[in-house]
Amino acid sequence: MPFLVLRNAFRHKLRTTLTMVGIVVAIVAFGLLRTIVDAWYAGSEASSSARLITRSSISLVFFLPLNYAQKIRQVDGVKSVSWMNWFGGIYITEANFFPQFAVDAPTFLGMYPEYRLDEAERKAFLLDRGGAVAGRKLADKYGWKVGDRIPLRGTIFPGTWTFTLRAIYDGADNKVDETQFFFHWDYLNETVKARFPRRADLVGLYVVEIRDPAQAAEISQRIDATFRNSLAETLSETEKAFQLGFVAMTEAILIAIEAVSFVIILIIMAVMANTMAMTARERYSEYATLKAIGFSNGFVALLIFAESLGIALAGGAIGIALTFPIADWFAGQMGTLFPVFFVSPDTVAMQVGAALVVGVVAALIPAWRAAHVRIVDGLRAVA
Amino acid sequence: MPAPASDTVAAESAHRGSLVAIRGLTKHYVRGDQIIPVLVDINLDIDVGEFVALMGPSGSGKSTLLNLIAGIDKPSSGEIRVAGVDIAQLSEGDLAAWRATHVGFIFQFYNLMPVLTAFQNVELPLQLTTLSRRERRERVEHAMALVGLSDRVEHYPNELSGGQQQRVAIARALIADPTVIVADEPTGDLDRVTAEEILSLLDALNRELGKSIIMVTHDPKAAGKARRLIHLEKGVLVD
Repeated sequence: MPFLVLRNAFRHKLRTTLTMVGIVVAIVAFGLLRTIVDAWYAGSEASSSARLITRSSISLVFFLPLNYAQKIRQVDGVKSVSWMNWFGGIYITEANFFPQFAVDAPTFLGMYPEYRLDEAERKAFLLDRGGAVAGRKLADKYGWKVGDRIPLRGTIFPGTWTFTLRAIYDGADNKVDETQFFFHWDYLNETVKARFPRRADLVGLYVVEIRDPAQAAEISQRIDATFRNSLAETLSETEKAFQLGFVAMTEAILIAIEAVSFVIILIIMAVMANTMAMTARERYSEYATLKAIGFSNGFVALLIFAESLGIALAGGAIGIALTFPIADWFAGQMGTLFPVFFVSPDTVAMQVGAALVVGVVAALIPAWRAAHVRIVDGLRAVA
Repeated sequence: MPAPASDTVAAESAHRGSLVAIRGLTKHYVRGDQIIPVLVDINLDIDVGEFVALMGPSGSGKSTLLNLIAGIDKPSSGEIRVAGVDIAQLSEGDLAAWRATHVGFIFQFYNLMPVLTAFQNVELPLQLTTLSRRERRERVEHAMALVGLSDRVEHYPNELSGGQQQRVAIARALIADPTVIVADEPTGDLDRVTAEEILSLLDALNRELGKSIIMVTHDPKAAGKARRLIHLEKGVLVD
């Protein structure tokens, strides 16, 4: 009897509306917090199992010699080698943060097919030593166009560095970070060689493409064994493990966010359960009447479950629909802090699951009580 | 070898044309260590087509007896046969199904669903049948005409007077053509004139349609409409 469920659900319009608003807010907050957690893991999710990262075993801030590239290339199982340095420049003000890397462009672009460049722009970038590539989101944010001159104030490498934007890349899918800025490592190295000769021919990390991802552990060990007992020992790991290393630094925050997201659901579950308990208690005489005229205990329980699920799922649906524009707005406010920020299908599935659980759990006790109330006791509630 | 007692009652009630046959019925409540008797050794027969009024002071057990006959309460011991079925032995599920086909309820406070129209309230018992939508509509319209509310089918209970609400409740009680109609103080919440109208309607249902009615009432005037009076005092039937 759907009409009876529907009419019952909107009997106390204000109560139902407020409960639904609570569910909408909870589902939006839950979805947003889950999306933040997902954004944190976006780097590791987008990483390739066919790429290793080799860096100094002491710390990421220590450089490795450029000549390691040749030795790594000779390790069994290695397909190609690229390298990069973190630049850490400032664009106009410190507030305009975005990641900047000096990369060995020919090998780097070959290793990262997920960065999609127009062929003409790619050639232009490779030919121009002072050229740079920016992600689509980054270019859109600052209104950059191909050919624009982009000045960066160096912090690790002092001085003003001006690049010509030669290409804008798009991600192969929505998991690819489109807020990065790449330029030629050779340009950086030559300039450093002229200004600070002792800091030349050094790289921050090597990116190693391997032939068989299943051999990642063995190849990592072989690379590190090559440089054991040298002045700059290495630590090699998969790109995913490398990215997760950054996530681990903020793991406590992530755990707290996840905990809060579930606490929000627990709170709305309690609110919803209270609403359904009040609702059922007010209608004991009606349930008793239904049972007296022949409806089963199960039917009465079903009425309450259907009403509870109806309210929870309606609130959940509105909450899910609102999550998308709110997440977009939030991502815009966060700038490049969360380069990959989108509501994933998994998050939507969890939101649907949360709404379902809220609806079912809230109705459990009221439905059981209404189904088991003695008819004569229920009818007495009228008087 | 003598037949078992229950078989004897069934055969006897069938022979006599009894609608209700009650033998050795007791009902008590337990409050802590105390056992509070409500009905004591009740033996009673009510025939098909009778209009019976159960009377007695408050606490005499008349409503409890009505509830037991209607199958919405269970006896502590004894036997209640209604239309040949020992309802005390039925499971809760079977009893619900039995009530749906055999009992029509009229309550003091009407007990209509406030979110349903008069039509939908009357139709409720038919939702448990296999009747088509068209058949249900025809039956509801007939029942509403019978209680004189054909022009009120789309009204909600709060748009109807007390007397009109009780008429809707009577239509709901009639709709599934039950074996017996039980009415618990059907005029208790109505003014004198409206009460008279409701009683006249019950009387007409009994006389013209042959409906068996068992009514609990405090009101001697209401009881006067019944063909038979049964008095209860302190849980015991009195002449």
